[in-house]
Amino acid sequence: MSRSVLPVTTVVCAIFALWYVAAIWLNAPWAYDKATRTGELLNAQSLILDTWSQKKPKLPAPHQVAVEIWETTVEKKITSKRSLIYHSWITLSATLLGFALGTGLGIALAVGIVYNRTMDMSVMPWVIASQTIPILAIAPMIIVVLNAVGISGLLPKAMISMYLSFFPIVVGMVKGLRSPDAMQLDQMRTWNASPSQTFWRLRLPSSMPYLFTSLKIGMAASLVGAIVGELPTGAIAGLGARLLAGSYYGQTIQIWSALIMAAALAASLVALIGVIQRVTLKRMGMS
Amino acid sequence: MIWLVFAFAIWALGWWINAWLAALPRTRLTRLAVPVIFGLTLIAVWEGIVHGLEISPILLPAPSMIAMRFVASTAILWEDFVQTVIKGALSGYVLGCGTAFLVAILVDRFDFLRRGLLPVGNFVAALPVIGMAPILVMWFGFDWQSKAAVVVVMVFFPMLVNTVQGLADSSVMQRDLMRTYAAGYWMTLLKLRLPAAMPFVFNGLKIASTLALIGAIVAEFFGSPTRGMGFRISTSVGQLALDLVWAEIVVAAVVGSGFYGGIALIERAVTFWHPSQRH
Repeated sequence: MSRSVLPVTTVVCAIFALWYVAAIWLNAPWAYDKATRTGELLNAQSLILDTWSQKKPKLPAPHQVAVEIWETTVEKKITSKRSLIYHSWITLSATLLGFALGTGLGIALAVGIVYNRTMDMSVMPWVIASQTIPILAIAPMIIVVLNAVGISGLLPKAMISMYLSFFPIVVGMVKGLRSPDAMQLDQMRTWNASPSQTFWRLRLPSSMPYLFTSLKIGMAASLVGAIVGELPTGAIAGLGARLLAGSYYGQTIQIWSALIMAAALAASLVALIGVIQRVTLKRMGMS
Repeated sequence: MIWLVFAFAIWALGWWINAWLAALPRTRLTRLAVPVIFGLTLIAVWEGIVHGLEISPILLPAPSMIAMRFVASTAILWEDFVQTVIKGALSGYVLGCGTAFLVAILVDRFDFLRRGLLPVGNFVAALPVIGMAPILVMWFGFDWQSKAAVVVVMVFFPMLVNTVQGLADSSVMQRDLMRTYAAGYWMTLLKLRLPAAMPFVFNGLKIASTLALIGAIVAEFFGSPTRGMGFRISTSVGQLALDLVWAEIVVAAVVGSGFYGGIALIERAVTFWHPSQRH
């Protein structure tokens, strides 16, 4: 673990250095443009300072994004419409609801597939095929159609999240529920265990490592679903709405701060599942 | 009412045939027939329910209506297909996967880079990279170049992580054997490690194939010329022309499955030696 600290820090530092250099390079034309209009001459220092402090830069410098995030999270009230925490919460609630629905559906389908041969043969290929359909592409349709029936707000977004997150969970759970080998299943049979006992005492516990791995993928996917689900609602609230509004008005700093916030949200949600996984598996004596 | 009874009867019939087929010993025929029957049943039930409950075509058009629209507007669909799939998704896919492959070989060569870049790559691969779309559309303009850029960004890290993992897959014993043959780095790379990495490389390519289509379509929501699948979907939804939207979805589904299936076929030909390909 500690062996990788130095390389990772180096790489991260290199990314930041590249970012600053790219900001100079991308924002320089606009800086020159401004200078020729006012008739000033730019020396290297003032050019660099200008490229790192423009209001609508092509690529905002990291510190500009950091300042924006600080201003919209700590200095604004949470209830304010301009608070990034407010927008994150909107997205997070849709993500969590969709994730819960997706997990439920995924586990139910997996149990059906493992226990019913007909379902295994007919449903499984379609579950796989369903993922080659770019479901995100039809997100606007789902939102608008459900809106027309009077369902709006959290649920349509959550349904897109659900669709994206159920697939990794089905695949992982099917693998997990089938992971007990023949010897273990035979052992249950010699103990005269009923099917439900076999399920609760053997199949379900041994699927846990697989389940947690898929939960991590599913969580990241459902966040993407919630963000994309916000795009067609006409930019009202949520991180996706911030992205869209930012792109309409050329507010690049706003886009980047929403992007960083989404990344932080995804990372912390995945990390949270990682913690739950470690605790659960430890208490089950599996790690 | 008759339509509902029809839908239920079709469902029961389809399920009964499938249950009967599934109980037979598994052959190539049953493995193919069961999911096909399931899909056809689903479409028939959809048709029956839409007519039976008289669902407005604004909410959910019947499959027959979608099929008619599909046939009537092939010209538009083809134009969108060229714009989004060929120009946007495919060029981005080739560029992104190609660069990621080359970078992966570089990363694998230098252990320092591998230990540094791989955790970062794994982290980035889990982030909602699709959010980069508005920025890239701003940088590269509204036409297909920005869509290709979004696809490059989306496929790069999954491909990189998979390829690097694959290059590390050969065992110490195999590498020692190459050394006893006096093979240098390049010879070992070409004859041992790249072939050994192929299952992982194809895994990356398969993941990237679905991401590419999604990236190209979603990027069009942030601005596009007046053609393209994402553009058509968002404008047709606004006009409540849902049959056209569904026709685009059919195209997307067929393209997506075809793309994935094509990669899977190449994989089977290239990695025929791998245990997962031998049934």
